[in-house]
Amino acid sequence: MEIARHWRGRAARYRLEGQRSRSTGEVRFPPQPPALGETDETWEAFALSGRGEIYSFSVIRQAPDGYEGFAPYPVALVRLAEGPLVTAQLTDCAEDDLAVGTPVEMVTRKLVDTGEDGVLVYGYKFRPTL
Amino acid sequence: MMKPTRPVGLVGYGVYVPRYRIAAKEIARIWTDGQGGVPVDSKSVPGPDEDTITMSIEAARSALARAELSADQLGAVWVGSESHPYSVKPSGTVVAEALGATPWVSAGDWEFACKAGSEAFTAGMAMVGSGMANYVLAIGADTAQSRPGDALEYTASAGAAALLVGPAEESLATIEATVSFVTDTPDFFRRAERPYPTHGNRFTGEPAYFRTIQSAARRLLDDLGRAPSDFTYAVFHQPNAKFPQAVAKRLGFSDAQIAPGLLSPQIGNTYSGAALSGLCAILDVAQPGDTIFMTSYGSGAGSDAYSLTVTDAILERRARAPLTEAYLKRKVFVDYAVYAKWRGKLVMG
Repeated sequence: MEIARHWRGRAARYRLEGQRSRSTGEVRFPPQPPALGETDETWEAFALSGRGEIYSFSVIRQAPDGYEGFAPYPVALVRLAEGPLVTAQLTDCAEDDLAVGTPVEMVTRKLVDTGEDGVLVYGYKFRPTL
Repeated sequence: MMKPTRPVGLVGYGVYVPRYRIAAKEIARIWTDGQGGVPVDSKSVPGPDEDTITMSIEAARSALARAELSADQLGAVWVGSESHPYSVKPSGTVVAEALGATPWVSAGDWEFACKAGSEAFTAGMAMVGSGMANYVLAIGADTAQSRPGDALEYTASAGAAALLVGPAEESLATIEATVSFVTDTPDFFRRAERPYPTHGNRFTGEPAYFRTIQSAARRLLDDLGRAPSDFTYAVFHQPNAKFPQAVAKRLGFSDAQIAPGLLSPQIGNTYSGAALSGLCAILDVAQPGDTIFMTSYGSGAGSDAYSLTVTDAILERRARAPLTEAYLKRKVFVDYAVYAKWRGKLVMG
């Protein structure tokens, strides 16, 4: 069950693939199934640029199971250049480097190791723009 | 020497070095009370969320950005490493998926100690040179392991380089020819299920690194009818600071020729990424018409030598992705305790 869930999200997780409305051009992330009245053609896959800025952030010191090795680590709401607001971990930075409005870019990193007999889960994080 | 039927070159390149460093003197502080010399100034350390797959992805994205190539144009995504995160499950599949190259692509992993990346590079030349593909991504990446306190711990580091091979007429550097020199030389190895490699102490130098690199390099120079002075730059595999400088001198290359590609004093030995990253650092500063001589080395043992010529396309392409210098400058030093935690050297009980 766990593996299937990670696998289904790989395009969004690995490369920040969202959706764009064919009629209005609206961009959304994460991708969602068609709503009532919509078809598979209403939204098309759309690769987000990965550029954005910090909308807000916090620092996790009491990490959930599986994430202890990363603590303390910052998480942020990132306003992407195309409009969507996404929640993600920040990486390659210290708390003092961060402020609302800091430009960030997407990188694909290891999110969690599910154990010696489990998969390694990869996905997007953000870091201050290089 | 080996030359493809159809002329090939590099259409893009990308490098990756983690943000973190540990000073060699900090390692010496733990194990030798700071006594004695150290083989490099510092080495790169992968962050807790980094591995061969994540570093490969970033280097590859830069290579594609420089070429302004869509990932679905790739014929192959190959990752050379001795630190693939899975024993069974190709790193190449995750990297190809992250780039958006799937599903109509060849992908997989290469293994040849520190020359796994150049092995993929030679195969990429063949794939494009035969016309089977137009673009092949050959990546060398490693988060190298080393036993605590071992001589290797001072140098075994982390980094990646991605070389995007394509038709010569679209290249930022054409590849003239290559040779490969391989023997069964057990200078360094890691048995299955073992966490750390074993090395043959003094056996690793003369009969392995030096003989192998010198054989490949001299053969390519002879076959091309060139002298070291005919090249603007040269880069050799960099297990420490001393070996590449010594082998360059023996072959007749000057300090100035190898200076831009000599990264090991700052970041250590990035294994499969080492020679390739040095090449990327040279491409960061090279001018059209410059010539580059590269020779990799992998324990076991073998070397691949290459002759490249930079084209006008370098001028507009190199600024499309971060230069090697940007990764070298962002360094943050960690102490041995943080390094030990991140590298899984602590037994948690």
